[in-house]
Amino acid sequence: MSEMARPDIDTLAAGQALPTREFRPDTIQLFLYNAALWNAHKIHFDYPYARDAEGYPGLVMAGPLLGDWLHQCVVEWLGEHGRLVEIEYSNRRAAFIGDTLRSTGRILAVDRERGQVSIEVAILNQNDEVLAPGTAVASLRRD
Amino acid sequence: MGSLLTPELLANIGRKAPPQLELVTRKDIRKYAIATGQRLRKYLDGDEAPPMFYLALFWPVPEPEQRSPDGVAIDPLLPEFPLKRAMAGGLKIAYHRTIRPGDVLVANRTLTNIWQKDGSSGPLIFYEIVMSVENGRGEPVVTETTTRILR
Repeated sequence: MSEMARPDIDTLAAGQALPTREFRPDTIQLFLYNAALWNAHKIHFDYPYARDAEGYPGLVMAGPLLGDWLHQCVVEWLGEHGRLVEIEYSNRRAAFIGDTLRSTGRILAVDRERGQVSIEVAILNQNDEVLAPGTAVASLRRD
Repeated sequence: MGSLLTPELLANIGRKAPPQLELVTRKDIRKYAIATGQRLRKYLDGDEAPPMFYLALFWPVPEPEQRSPDGVAIDPLLPEFPLKRAMAGGLKIAYHRTIRPGDVLVANRTLTNIWQKDGSSGPLIFYEIVMSVENGRGEPVVTETTTRILR
């Protein structure tokens, strides 16, 4: 599977991969994210609570942060050549502090007439488990 | 399996939360951009908001009595459901316009559906909330459809 450097609606094809990115989130990033939202859910900052009351093996990464990384997978690839029109995703499994995560993307279909591509995106962990699968639609400009 | 969805519960479909109006600041965009690990300069400088910034902008700011013991904000839009344990849900987000500092945005949230499915381990209740974000000219900015599952 080839990986593209920048999108060009006239040469894109189904199956092509977007650049992958690795994430090693730490407690500082998790704190800053929840502070930016004003999210006080204890599973994100109170490890004894997360372990003893909820049965998690560690502090839980915020689900929407994984969602944002799906966005970044598409938006960074697009650069100034297009825009994200729509995205749909779900948080299927939890991620924890200490995990090594990565975002992936793959072109599903190209609609040259409308100048749009549909893209399969996902966040996976170090065991290749899919934590957050989704699909996105991006609109591309012809330069 | 009988229906857990009483007429009283289903009568909540169509319920709306009060409109929420928020001002977008460069500092809030920058905080969000750094917290989410953005790498594009326009986001880090706060010239433009990353797409999902709207989520932080409209995240509830509950007073202490509006929080559950686990720290989660209690959503006044939701009725009391007979199932309590929340499972993973999904989001569908349509982006209509870019958010920039100085924008004044309004979000309207509606409980648009409640339905039940019977899974192998018992009944599941689904509900759907649509949040429509508009700018000061009444133009659509973001439309978010959230589906949550209770078991």
